[in-house]
Amino acid sequence: MKSLKRRSFLVAGALAIAFGVSAPVAQAQQPIKIGHSMALTGTLGGGGKGALIGLQLWVEDVNAKGGLLGRKVELITYDDQSSPATTPGIYTKLLDVDKVDLLIAPYATVPTAPLMPLVKQRGKLLMGNFSFQVNSKVGHDMWFNNAAWNVAASWSDNFFAIGKKFDAKTVAFLVADQEFAQNLARGAKEIAGKLGLKTVYEQNYPPTTVDFSSMIRAIRAAQPDIVYVMSYPNDSVAIVRSVNEIGVGPSVKLIGGGMVGLHFAPVMESLGSMLNGWVNYHLYAPEKTMDFPGVKGFLERYSKKAIEAKVDPLGYYLPPFNYAIGQMLEQAITATKSLDDKVLAKYLREHEMKTIVGNIRYGPDGEWAKARVIMVQFRGVADKNVEQFRQPGKQVIVEPAEYKTGEVLPFDKARK
Amino acid sequence: MIFSFQLLFEAIVFGILLGCFYAAVSIGLSLAFGLLDVPHVAHPAVLVLGAYCTYLLGSYGWDPILAGLALMPLFFLFGVAMYRFYYETFEKRGTDAGVRGLAFFFGVAFIIEVGLILAFGVDQRLVEADYIGKSFTFGEMRVPLRMLLAFGIALALAAALTLYLSKTFTGRAIKAVAQDEGALRLMGADPVRIKQWAFGIATGVTALAGALLIIIGPVEPMTDRIYIGRTFCVVVLAGLGSMTGTLAAGLILGISESIVLMHFGASWAPAVAFGLLLVVLGIRPQGLFGR
Amino acid sequence: MRSRVVPFWIGAAATVVLAGILSLGGANEYFYFAGYVVLQFVVLATAWNILGGYAGYVNFGTAAFFGIGAYTSVVLFKSLGAPLLVQMAAAAAVTGLLGFGTGLLTLRLRGIFYSIATVAVIFIAETLMINWRYVGGAAGLQLLRPSPMVPFETYTRMLFFVMAVLAVIAVSIARYIEISWIGRGLRALRDSEEAAECSGVPTLRLKLLACTVSGALMGMAGAPLPMYLSFLEPASSFSLNYSVVALAGAIIGGTANWIGPVLGAILLASMQQIVTVTISSEMNVLVVGVMLVVFVVAAPDGILGLIRKLRRPRAAPGSTS
Repeated sequence: MKSLKRRSFLVAGALAIAFGVSAPVAQAQQPIKIGHSMALTGTLGGGGKGALIGLQLWVEDVNAKGGLLGRKVELITYDDQSSPATTPGIYTKLLDVDKVDLLIAPYATVPTAPLMPLVKQRGKLLMGNFSFQVNSKVGHDMWFNNAAWNVAASWSDNFFAIGKKFDAKTVAFLVADQEFAQNLARGAKEIAGKLGLKTVYEQNYPPTTVDFSSMIRAIRAAQPDIVYVMSYPNDSVAIVRSVNEIGVGPSVKLIGGGMVGLHFAPVMESLGSMLNGWVNYHLYAPEKTMDFPGVKGFLERYSKKAIEAKVDPLGYYLPPFNYAIGQMLEQAITATKSLDDKVLAKYLREHEMKTIVGNIRYGPDGEWAKARVIMVQFRGVADKNVEQFRQPGKQVIVEPAEYKTGEVLPFDKARK
Repeated sequence: MIFSFQLLFEAIVFGILLGCFYAAVSIGLSLAFGLLDVPHVAHPAVLVLGAYCTYLLGSYGWDPILAGLALMPLFFLFGVAMYRFYYETFEKRGTDAGVRGLAFFFGVAFIIEVGLILAFGVDQRLVEADYIGKSFTFGEMRVPLRMLLAFGIALALAAALTLYLSKTFTGRAIKAVAQDEGALRLMGADPVRIKQWAFGIATGVTALAGALLIIIGPVEPMTDRIYIGRTFCVVVLAGLGSMTGTLAAGLILGISESIVLMHFGASWAPAVAFGLLLVVLGIRPQGLFGR
Repeated sequence: MRSRVVPFWIGAAATVVLAGILSLGGANEYFYFAGYVVLQFVVLATAWNILGGYAGYVNFGTAAFFGIGAYTSVVLFKSLGAPLLVQMAAAAAVTGLLGFGTGLLTLRLRGIFYSIATVAVIFIAETLMINWRYVGGAAGLQLLRPSPMVPFETYTRMLFFVMAVLAVIAVSIARYIEISWIGRGLRALRDSEEAAECSGVPTLRLKLLACTVSGALMGMAGAPLPMYLSFLEPASSFSLNYSVVALAGAIIGGTANWIGPVLGAILLASMQQIVTVTISSEMNVLVVGVMLVVFVVAAPDGILGLIRKLRRPRAAPGSTS
């Protein structure tokens, strides 16, 4: 009995000392919590899973170096299922229940749109993740997007430039009725008008549409030279399949442009040769003109992890840019020695960020000051082979001139 | 919107193919609700369940149509069990139970939907087969092979079921039960067993219809919601209890949807089935061929 | 009856005061975020029960009125910058009218036909909003909400209080209907519409009244949604989930009495919120489905029925309760 009492007394004493001493130290040992949601399932899931690995690689790297400001970094992730209905609840939970220090946006425009008023009103910095013009209406001053586009022209100028090569006069628009596609379409139609292109067909479809055969038939009947498609992964796949099934007509020289999802390896593998001839936007392709310092090394490490996790093994689209989000936060936090949203935002606004996807400077709207959207054409793609995309020549960069690796072919010629 | 006769013709052809598919998908409900008066709101959910089971078998290399046929006996048993449970819990206890029976099936539909989300996730699922992706060229028109296949099987299914109900003994017993249960009982047949059998058939047929669903296009767990409108529209438009009516009603719905899609755009198409349903309920609730 | 009236009003006032104290107090912000949803379902279940429980018309169209209420708010906010209370009043007017209209169209139908017709209303309402660019179409609309009214620290707390007051109002209305001649008439027509008609009960008028009141309350519950989320889009606003939870809340609680939906909604919605935070948001829909089926099969009179069975010892033969 006596020894038990003594032992418990000692333990109590030790604990008291430990608590007393650890109180100020505890703050320093608390990890820095970065919260976000990611589309791990749903239409964007094919890309979201890879993107998460990109972020996780950064967290690993920074913790291996000792963390930030002497503290480990912890990433708190929730699956938003690609749906804008879930994100307000998730981000409120991140702020009020998980009590995170910093926020990263969900992948893509549609799940991010509902958050812009929320983060503006709560004064939180938000690191964007591949949204397009999602801040245009709300005008939050602490928004920094990781994707290499800014205004609509940065995207559509290149696409229409290709059309001009084919001497195109008419254009058809096939646009999903959601935030991303509508933002893109608004700008694109203005530009088409200025270029003197005549719109011969225009269709906004609800995002849940699964059958496009009627629309493809109508497009064929309208006989456009260009078909500008703005879609999310599920629809992109359905549209490519539908065109493959019933054809879009001999008049079309250029088709594609704004189709999210044709960059995810599982999609590229399952569509295979159906992709040949399609021209689509991209931000990175494994061609010699885009060999930024650090990106090849990252992709090798990423590939290993992705194959283990049975996820997109190529990682050419989101993962490097997600790693870059981490790098930017790291630079800003290390330089300002602060986690305060306003301080970090000021730093991000005024300095050039060095990342594995190049050097980034931000404009006043939180987008890249200098855009870098390329247009690629799928060529010579075979079925059921994902490794073929590691070779150059499958996604030929056809615009703009400074990154070009080949000449664009008209759609039906490229299909052969 | 562009208008041309070629386009209109194509829309009608597509509508006919689609319409037969809608008929096949609704024929189980025609039997369960039309003939047996069971408030089977969970029918579209069972349809999607059939599609997912086909997908599951497809991932083992099964051809989707064979998978659908193989699932029929399983779904038949499932249907028998469901009806038995429904009968014991609700139908026996009288009219107030009607409200709760409805709530019960609604609950079942949700459980199936969420079960699918938990098992498969919210992603869209597809099946691959040789005939999916190819098309037949008729002059200027290219008709997808998968639609022709669905059309053919749907017709066969509708024909088979109609023949069964009119020519075989059990089939006629089912129709008799729908007409006058009391008289049937007096003649020595057990109406509960007959209804059970009929509900089993209705569910079994829905398994094959589910296979057609995933052949026609990708499915996700929430697909059952839009099909509530389509299946009930067909069944109500047909008139309760009419199998041939189901085919006609399916065609009407398919062609209407196709023309609205062509003329007004994809954003109005989902409302066609529900709108047509309301119109029929308002003007002629007994449908075209109702008893 | 009299002896029950005063305690009810005391209870109602106490609830309002409690809600007020809570919303000015210092609980975690997420409590108000989740609590708003629970109170919202109390209103929806109570409103549903007026038509579903008292009159026996199983309305699956709750989501339509809820969604239209939300969209009415958006239109008023976007065009006139109207304050919250004006938005709610407008929503009540619009959805009340919608309830009246759908009542005229569908109340001739019985049983499952009525229910399916109400589902049709949801999809048609959703399609109309999808095709209306002014409210954002299928893409939806981002909204910057104004600053909260003076005593409240954050907008969410204000909404919490507003929804609590709305819940008290909804319950008071439901209780009034239940104990008045309206309730008696509705119960009569639920048991047998033909018999009620023959005894001179104005069934059509009563049904229309129930539809209108029910619809208006559901619309008011939906009106603060755009401000709550700072965003509105059709797919989630018209989700069938609202219909199921409202119905399940009332059935699980017990449809015979106004307390039923309150109990059922609080139980169900709280469980949903807890499951969402701790497990996942799919599981919460599963919880609703399973509980609905379990109660409909095993405890058709809901929690109230269970309580009554537990309270009452086995009745002696020959005695009435």
